[in-house]
Amino acid sequence: MAETKNEVKFSDAAMADIQRYISHYPEGRQKSAILPILHIAQAEFGGWVSPEVMDEVARILDIQPIEVYEVATFYTMFNLKPVGKHVLEVCRTGPCCLRGADQLIETLKQKLNVEEGGTSADGLFTLKPVECLASCGTGPMLQVREKFYENLETEEQVDAFLDMMRKSEVETPYHQAAYSKK
Amino acid sequence: MGLKILTEHINVPGIETLEVYRKHGGYKSVEKAVKTMTPEEVVEEVKTSGLRGRGGAGFPTGMKWSFLAKPEGVPRYLVCNADESEPGTFKDRWFMERNPHALIEGMITSSYALGAKTSYIYIRGELMFILRILEKAIAEAYAAGLLGKNILGSGYDLDLHVAPGGGAYICGEETALLESLEGKRGNPRNKPPFPAVKGLFASPTVVNNVETIASVPWIVNNTGAEYAKVGIGRSTGTKLISASGNINNPGVFEIELGVPVEEFIYSDEYCGGIWKGKQLKAVVPGGSSVPILPANLILKTAAGEGRLMSYESLSDGGFVSGSMMGSGAFIVFDEDQCIVRNTWNYSRFYHHESCGQCSPCREGTGWMEKVLHRIEYGHGHQQDIDLLVSVAKQIEGNTICPLGDAAAWPVAAAIRHFRDEFEWHIKHPKEATAPGAVYRGQLDTVTA
Repeated sequence: MAETKNEVKFSDAAMADIQRYISHYPEGRQKSAILPILHIAQAEFGGWVSPEVMDEVARILDIQPIEVYEVATFYTMFNLKPVGKHVLEVCRTGPCCLRGADQLIETLKQKLNVEEGGTSADGLFTLKPVECLASCGTGPMLQVREKFYENLETEEQVDAFLDMMRKSEVETPYHQAAYSKK
Repeated sequence: MGLKILTEHINVPGIETLEVYRKHGGYKSVEKAVKTMTPEEVVEEVKTSGLRGRGGAGFPTGMKWSFLAKPEGVPRYLVCNADESEPGTFKDRWFMERNPHALIEGMITSSYALGAKTSYIYIRGELMFILRILEKAIAEAYAAGLLGKNILGSGYDLDLHVAPGGGAYICGEETALLESLEGKRGNPRNKPPFPAVKGLFASPTVVNNVETIASVPWIVNNTGAEYAKVGIGRSTGTKLISASGNINNPGVFEIELGVPVEEFIYSDEYCGGIWKGKQLKAVVPGGSSVPILPANLILKTAAGEGRLMSYESLSDGGFVSGSMMGSGAFIVFDEDQCIVRNTWNYSRFYHHESCGQCSPCREGTGWMEKVLHRIEYGHGHQQDIDLLVSVAKQIEGNTICPLGDAAAWPVAAAIRHFRDEFEWHIKHPKEATAPGAVYRGQLDTVTA
């Protein structure tokens, strides 16, 4: 869980991407870039956006911090509290449930010994049930950062998936800062 | 095998690259449009084609385009709605992942028709990996002179950008999408003014679905009249169907509109029948928002005619005995699925996704979820069924945007066609909550 207080500084790669997104909008409409910047911020600073991170986003966009808070709290992808190394965003919506999503969530709860929204004791996994991820033909499924893991039908598949994740490092497009410092 | 307008080359190795895409006729429509046609002529072709919005509403695209206001000195925008979030729908993600240039070609040709100099693809934030695929393809298009200044020497300039959302179903509603694209909470706007007059950055804007825009190149290349020959009646052209649930071959299928529903479910070319040798119980044919239909009514209309995969046929009978094409998300239920549980699941979805602006939706979706939850978990009261019908009725039509209707319809339809199953849950809570218990009285009952 990244220590962000007083040292919110985006990497050069992230900053370049932020400026690129800002340039996509007309003069004076820089606030439009808030969602891509929040995604970049979440990837940079340990998988969540702290108030300090949001303040920095406000400073970059030259808007009031409240404008960032109200956006970050509206959209479900932004984690407002510290999370585990891997956030498992499991689809819990109808079409996936027809193919066993309820069971997948139950299995993950048992194997990780967490409730929905909780983080495993080893800090590796946060279980976050989410709504439809547009992967209904390949359910049950879940998402970790930018990757989909599909057709997780059996307990063996879930075990294999968790084993793989335990061994895997966090990869982000910017891949620095908070993660490597941990 | 029907005509493949959208997916002819989708499995060609390397089709995601500009080189291979062009080898298979890619970007011809840009060349034809910017060099040999006026923008008005492109709009005319789209009007003639009869193409209807593929995001769910089915509104004629050419007509939508012709509403776009064109005041002097004010920029106009084309925004592609790639916020695919309707439960059951995954065609746009599937398509963009495999053939990003097809969407970009459609964006260029359509932007030219509308006189837009800057266009955006708004994609749901969960699909960041598709955003990167699109950005890569856009960079290739810029390098090839297909985007940027003076496209192919025609004097037409266009910038195209991709913008991610942040996780909010409501941003698929076009005015919520525009709010989100401006960096705000996704609260739908009051209409009028419509986006065609006052949309993105208070400028005239057209918002179209991915599949709609991707259909434009074929229309420009082959004429609107040719496109109108495909399909059936006012359902012209082809449609991508996202097929999910308890079938043998879930996936995305491009169909010529008018294929019989029975063939679509049972033919190996499409869904391949119900999995594990089970019986068909019900289908939600157009995404979670549209009414569910029991097996007998999805296969045949109330008048006994075979139902077809078309806008008109799927809505035949209105909401009494029909449903809607919606986004083409075809969700199939086998005999072991519980309608009460599924309806509760959808209600939870809509409650979760309500933006909270309008009280009937904010409060009503919560009530429906709560009442359905207690029925599903064995604590329902006899009056709960009528309570649900009443809450649904009070949401419908009383909200700024259609999310309220989308939340109300599935509940009303489930009760309309499967009332026995709800009553069974309430009268026999012990049996109904036993593991794996499913009510089986309904399978052969005509309820229209």
